Amino acid sequence: MATEAPTMRRTPLYDKHAALGAKMVPFAGYEMPIQYEGIVAEHRAVRGRAGLFDLSHMGEFFFRGRGAGKTLDRLVSSDIAGLAVGQARYGLLTNERGTIVDDVIVYRIGEAEYMVVVNAANIAKDRAHVLAHLDEDATFDDRSFGTALVAIQGPRAVDILASETDADVRSLPSFGVTQGRVAGARATIARTGYTGEDGFEVFVANADAAGAWDALLAAGGAAGIKPIGLGARDTLRLEARFSLYGNDIDETTDPIEAGLGWTCKLDKPFVGRDVIAAKKAAGTKRKIAGLVVQGGVARHGHEVTQDGDVVGQVTSGTYGPTVEKNIALAYVPTPLSKVGSALAIRIRGKDVPATVVKTPFYRRPE
Amino acid sequence: MSTVPDNLQYSKEHEWVRADGDVVTIGITHFAQEQLGDVVFVELPEKGATVRQYASLGVVESVKAASDIYAPISGEVVERNVKVIEKPELVNSAPYGDGWMIKVRLADKGELTQLLSPSDYRSHIGETAGAGGD
Repeated sequence: MATEAPTMRRTPLYDKHAALGAKMVPFAGYEMPIQYEGIVAEHRAVRGRAGLFDLSHMGEFFFRGRGAGKTLDRLVSSDIAGLAVGQARYGLLTNERGTIVDDVIVYRIGEAEYMVVVNAANIAKDRAHVLAHLDEDATFDDRSFGTALVAIQGPRAVDILASETDADVRSLPSFGVTQGRVAGARATIARTGYTGEDGFEVFVANADAAGAWDALLAAGGAAGIKPIGLGARDTLRLEARFSLYGNDIDETTDPIEAGLGWTCKLDKPFVGRDVIAAKKAAGTKRKIAGLVVQGGVARHGHEVTQDGDVVGQVTSGTYGPTVEKNIALAYVPTPLSKVGSALAIRIRGKDVPATVVKTPFYRRPE
Repeated sequence: MSTVPDNLQYSKEHEWVRADGDVVTIGITHFAQEQLGDVVFVELPEKGATVRQYASLGVVESVKAASDIYAPISGEVVERNVKVIEKPELVNSAPYGDGWMIKVRLADKGELTQLLSPSDYRSHIGETAGAGGD
């Protein structure tokens, strides 16, 4: 049987990244920019000014019809029934075992119309999962490959976006979503993000992505906007203590131990609800904890130790350019997950001291 | 600053060596720091430790990943750069200057002849001779 190397997908902004000199890496089946100028400079641009991200690899599912809200309320852990038109909410897709299929944002974009943004690596899996639970009064449309997503994040994002759109983005609340034009093209604009800063996510058709990208980059020039790669996206999200699917959460983790119990509305029915409610009542054996490491950088897969014994595992770790510390998330036995708990991370065979701290590691100034 | 200075010798693993009598200074090259990205942590052997040619002498970690530093020559560590441990970003900003790693008293001067010349190192990293200054 002839085999072919799997073809990498490219987003409609691939040529833009190449022209900007980005380093490209394979990510979730796409060739994506990991960095342009450098991770630290890009990270600081987002915290201090503004950054532009190509997130067109993310998946967009559309649900329509009288049963759309009901379907999503049963599929997603958070309160979707209570979502008003123009509002978005973070939540989890969970399975019957009460573990995490994906983490998503649900946007109610019309009376009977919802958009769900899912992780790129999970598009096929999530599609099968939601189709198995689809209400007969709801239609499902996977527009992941036709929809581009450009995110503009940082304290200057609102001014830059306002100059390129007819939508009233200044009065859009956090987790609000609206329709408008960006650089002349129809767009869905949401005040959401994954950086810990104020910012927006702009969804456009693939054909309009380059226009939106160029317009926002040009409009942000005076404010010091920079294109941001996946490298800084990871350091930004980890400082803000957002979970990364595939690292911190997956189908072996439940929402309670992952610190995502707050996303679970346990007084409504949803897939896996009873298992999760039982876990919450009984308490979990392990819990995710935020750690500051005293020397060396903890990485995904490193062991957590106490007095030389392995007690847990790092799920995410990096140097945090804003907090200027080596930070990590790790699953550890619940009694060891309390703030102040003295642990160690085994880095290259040495147990390096690490302390459990309050998260998020970074919170943006009011 | 040239990306491959003419007054140094190099290893295939992207370390540079500056010989000064029987003591040599060791660092990582401009090419290496560029590949690594922002360096955030440097681990170096203590003064008095012994390093062996081709064995790992320490580690540089960037935001992205950890990489071994290999000893281009064998000998005893007579000094380590405390400044680069405190300010790892010196590896990026001054790889041939304040970003040096350790000074080693040579155990075997013959090992120096096994190192790459600047022009050999330039071809090793795919840089055409004469080009590459910035």
